Amino acid sequence: MSDFLVEMRDVRIEGRSDETWMPIINGVDLTLKKGEVLGLIGESGAGKSTLGLAAMGFCRDGVRISGGSVMFDGIDLLAASAEQKRQLLGKRIAYVAQSAAASFNPAHKLIDQHTEAPVQHSVSGKADSAADGIELYRKLRLPNPEEIGFRYPHQVSGGQLQRAMTAMAMACRPDLIIFDEPTTALDVTTQIEVLASIRQIVEEFDTAAIYITHDLAVVAQMADRIKVLLKGDEVEEAETRTMLSAPTQDYTKSLWAVRAFERPEKPPVATDATPVISVQGVTAAYGTVDVLKNVSFDIHAGRTVAVVGESGSGKSTTARCITGLLPPRLGIIELDGEPLPLDYRKRSKEQLRQVQMIYQMADTALNPRKSIGEIIGRPVEFYMGLRGAAKRKRVAELMDQIELPADQYIDRLPSELSGGQKQRIGIARALAAEPKFIICDEVTSALDQLVAEGILKLLARLQDELGLSYMFITHDLATVRAIADEVVVMKDGLVVEQGPKRDMFKPPHHAYTDLLLSSVPEMDPDWLTNLLKERGVDNIGDAAVDKMS
Amino acid sequence: MSTVLWSLGAIVVLLAGGWVMRLAGQSLTGNKPFFRDMPLAVAFGYVLGAALLLFGIWYYFQPAVTADGVPVASVQFFRWAVQGVLIGAAAAFVFRLIGRTLGTAGSRKMFRQMPLTAAFGVLVILIYALLAIFAPALAPHGQEEVFGQANIVPGGNPALGGNPDFPLGTDQIGRDILSRLIYGAQNTVGIAFATTLLAFVLGGTFGFLAATLRGWMDQVLSRMVDVLMAIPSLIFSLLLITVASAWVSGFGLTVAMVVIIAVIDSTRVFRLARAVGMNIVVMDYIEAAKLRGEGLPYLIFREILPNATAPLLAEFGLRFCFVFLTISALSFLGLGIQPPLADWGTMVKDLSAFINYASFAPLAASVPLLAAGAIALLTVAVNFVVDWMLNRSSGLKD
Amino acid sequence: MNPVIKIILQRLALGLLTLFIVSIVIFAAVNMLPGDFAEAILGQGATPEAVAAIRRDLGLDQDPVTRYLQWLAGALQGDLGNSFAQANFASFVGDDSGVRTTVAQQIAPRFANTMFLAGVTAAIAVPFAVTLGVLAALYRNSVFDKVANISTLTSISSPEFFLAYVLILFLAVLNPLLPSLSNIYADMGFAERLQKTLLPALTLTLVVTAHMMRMTRAAIINLLASPYIEMARLKGIKPMRVIVHHALPNALAPIINVIALNLAYLITGVVVVEVVFVYPGIGQLFVDSVKIRDIPVVQACCLIFAAAYILLNLTADILSILSNPRLRHPK
Repeated sequence: MSDFLVEMRDVRIEGRSDETWMPIINGVDLTLKKGEVLGLIGESGAGKSTLGLAAMGFCRDGVRISGGSVMFDGIDLLAASAEQKRQLLGKRIAYVAQSAAASFNPAHKLIDQHTEAPVQHSVSGKADSAADGIELYRKLRLPNPEEIGFRYPHQVSGGQLQRAMTAMAMACRPDLIIFDEPTTALDVTTQIEVLASIRQIVEEFDTAAIYITHDLAVVAQMADRIKVLLKGDEVEEAETRTMLSAPTQDYTKSLWAVRAFERPEKPPVATDATPVISVQGVTAAYGTVDVLKNVSFDIHAGRTVAVVGESGSGKSTTARCITGLLPPRLGIIELDGEPLPLDYRKRSKEQLRQVQMIYQMADTALNPRKSIGEIIGRPVEFYMGLRGAAKRKRVAELMDQIELPADQYIDRLPSELSGGQKQRIGIARALAAEPKFIICDEVTSALDQLVAEGILKLLARLQDELGLSYMFITHDLATVRAIADEVVVMKDGLVVEQGPKRDMFKPPHHAYTDLLLSSVPEMDPDWLTNLLKERGVDNIGDAAVDKMS
Repeated sequence: MSTVLWSLGAIVVLLAGGWVMRLAGQSLTGNKPFFRDMPLAVAFGYVLGAALLLFGIWYYFQPAVTADGVPVASVQFFRWAVQGVLIGAAAAFVFRLIGRTLGTAGSRKMFRQMPLTAAFGVLVILIYALLAIFAPALAPHGQEEVFGQANIVPGGNPALGGNPDFPLGTDQIGRDILSRLIYGAQNTVGIAFATTLLAFVLGGTFGFLAATLRGWMDQVLSRMVDVLMAIPSLIFSLLLITVASAWVSGFGLTVAMVVIIAVIDSTRVFRLARAVGMNIVVMDYIEAAKLRGEGLPYLIFREILPNATAPLLAEFGLRFCFVFLTISALSFLGLGIQPPLADWGTMVKDLSAFINYASFAPLAASVPLLAAGAIALLTVAVNFVVDWMLNRSSGLKD
Repeated sequence: MNPVIKIILQRLALGLLTLFIVSIVIFAAVNMLPGDFAEAILGQGATPEAVAAIRRDLGLDQDPVTRYLQWLAGALQGDLGNSFAQANFASFVGDDSGVRTTVAQQIAPRFANTMFLAGVTAAIAVPFAVTLGVLAALYRNSVFDKVANISTLTSISSPEFFLAYVLILFLAVLNPLLPSLSNIYADMGFAERLQKTLLPALTLTLVVTAHMMRMTRAAIINLLASPYIEMARLKGIKPMRVIVHHALPNALAPIINVIALNLAYLITGVVVVEVVFVYPGIGQLFVDSVKIRDIPVVQACCLIFAAAYILLNLTADILSILSNPRLRHPK
């Protein structure tokens, strides 16, 4: 008998696509000792969730384990019958899913779902297990632990549900828990609380865990060891501190380096300069509810203003006001000192040309039925009146600017391009109008880190060459640090703070900015520990937000 | 009472059979997961299926004529049905094989991924299209031509009262049934196709307008459609046809029916076109085009329509089936396609009495079923193709 | 107020409003046509007296709004006017003392017959279809699922009269188990009535089962793909309990919806099937009245069909609201 709790050797996993089986995992080893936490990181499509589920002996529909061995505490999970595996799941191996809101059954109360596994596996009775559940809720610092279990899932917020799901996984005191991106769908201030809870309870019960995520900084807080996956292959594995300080593989090094990209600081703007875009006292409403309240800021030529805030803070609504899709109720928006009509339908072709937009999801931003040449060529033809050879020449120039060879890509459809290439096409379409000002709406948040860095560098270069102004909407402070000249922090439709980047990243500042900035995980494995010490246990995440407002 | 006991007994025997089969499977395959994790209910299902299959084969080989020379019509009909399915499957298989070797790379790839049912569907649709287009050349007689002898028995065997000139016999007023069946392809399918097309032009145009413009226009159109859809469509068409029949008759009534059904059916197309349009309109590329300053025609024809063709095409197939069945039902009730045009629904109604001769003259009884089967076959074919298209576009979800 | 009650009241009001507008549409379709309806009904050779009698009886000399309100008021009290079936034309021509059949008298017994037919169909089809649909979803992509898929597609594609004649062929002509004509009388015993209704009910069952089963299958597959079912399996819950405890409470709403929608579909099917089997129901009356242009009867049947249709859709709506935990337990 080995001293490993989980021992996976040369595991190969395949997925069905169009009647054939394609490899997802090509022979990966994974071992885990009792009480140890392994971080599994990789970009989308690396196969990390599939591998995590395979450690439970479980495959989703259309996926199969085609080779290797999976041992759990001496039990061969690949040879075990469905019934044998069933008796392990929930009792000795538990799972925490990415979306707690979708993974709780909407028809049953939280506490009933909590007690189900202990009762079904005959670990304890319903009353005992419910009492234990309430104790776990208290440990995980859920508000009203006595009462919250008697609510239905839709009556509880996302961050709290995620903690309730961690409690549910703990119900039978399993030997192993698989955490599958448990904080990806959460805002940073909520995320921190969930991370702290998970770490605390895993340590307290000495549970072994596999923590799956794409976020390096998160995994640095949680794991004892880190394993990096790339397209179904293992890149490297090491102790957390070793991995962070001295990665050996080029791929891992490049991932670490992304975090270091930062633009040189620009000289301050002349005080009498006319801003390219000036937002003055804008208040906007959906229906009768004001979602933006008296928002004002300026964007100067050749500068980047980052608008940051969590979901629902009104940053995208601000963009809709500037483009004229949502005419504000009050306030004015000026372009080069001239007021713009508030409704985009009343703006002239010239005014429309000057304000362009790049979207978050390149998939929905490009018409899937049009070739790249048509997508970029349309604004060239529409605004510049170029046709035939002149239009083709201009499209080729633009593709050159975004570093895609025109002769190779011009006749392709968007579906034949990778995510990063699609985002570049979106940039080229905006450039084709030869605008002064471009709104970038979370343009890198759907991309893997390396690709995102490429896009940020491209945007920075284009700004230097063409003198463009950007409004950069993002929730990711690493991006802000990399590209912004000025920062506008928003919360609940209000601007809470604004100013040059170097001031923003230096205290003292507004309490919310502070909270937001300090909640963004850093690569330092001691970051979470130190932060919790600094804030005090009762003053993290959600609790802090509630206290402030 | 005895029936209940018999069925209970059968279930017990089958359950035992399933249990034995599972045990045998487990020991023969060395406890492979397939048998190891098989619930008893699934084993029961396999045994039940096998028993039904065996019964079918046994029944197929029962004599079709008793020792006294009396035909056993049940066996005869069962054989015809089995043969029909087998021949259809074989034809579809050959057709798919041909498609996989001939034609462009794209069409070969399409045939490679096609299930047999879809290949069968495509083949049948092609045959119907050819029949409809070349009906005058293929039909031995005219559709309205009346011959001296009525009610000639099908089969073409003079000894049994048939006539080789009329292989499927003649109807109650002496018209050649085969010719009318072939012309029926032209009339029934052609009229249904035209109706569906009209419904799509109407419903599609208004649906996309509503999705793009939104606002009061969308509200008004949608509420109107809600009301029209609150009346069952066959009932509403019958009501309007009653009214129309007070003013026009004969061919005019057929035209009125086409318009009425097209308008009623366009409400369903409107719903779909609007929903599909709405899904496309919220895409960022539409927002980008709007912010560029593009006009309404460009938005609808260049940005929305190219993305709506796949769901609309599938819907066209389904709507065609629905319209085709509605028109056939109306004709069957005597209120659809008006005589003297040959049409399958009307033919079923006129020839339905032949069914009662089934036990001594299976051929004669099959004639009305042939006309009804012609309707069913085309709708089955279209449905098979649409089913495949929908499955393909929904990807791996299933 | 409890939001569920509020939503249900809203739906009820909407349903009533729809029915009201539908009644206007039905009335308008018949009455707002140009030209003189009375002449069109009676044809060229009609005597002026007959035309005048019909005009008076239909109230054609009054304005359309008054006529509609009178018709509606009558309909609400169960008075749907007088039939002008051929036998009654004498009464128009002569004095008004002749015996006339009212629409209500014609419809009442047939309405009961049709309800009986629909009831028998539902009793067979609903359990059958839901069981098959759930089985097909649980064992999807198996041989059983594929056979079920092909058979239901074939059944949906076949016109009702084709299925009806095939059943007649096998169950009435070749193997005389059931009567092919459903001549039903008012004073018939239940067993005999059931026996005569069985063949039309089986025909309708074939059509409705196919639709219902496919929709049930789709709804269950959709449900089984949800993360909370995966979660239940990962908690090591027994397969049977996953279905009963986790899937079923959430499947109720979609299944109820499917059942109600398909019972609404019965309305169309009933017309053709009643004609094939000469079943004395409202569908057959409707077709006969259309043929002889008995406008008051046509209008009344139309209204009844539409009301049943709206009612079923409304029921589906309300039941699925009631079985939705998000609405039952508001925040």
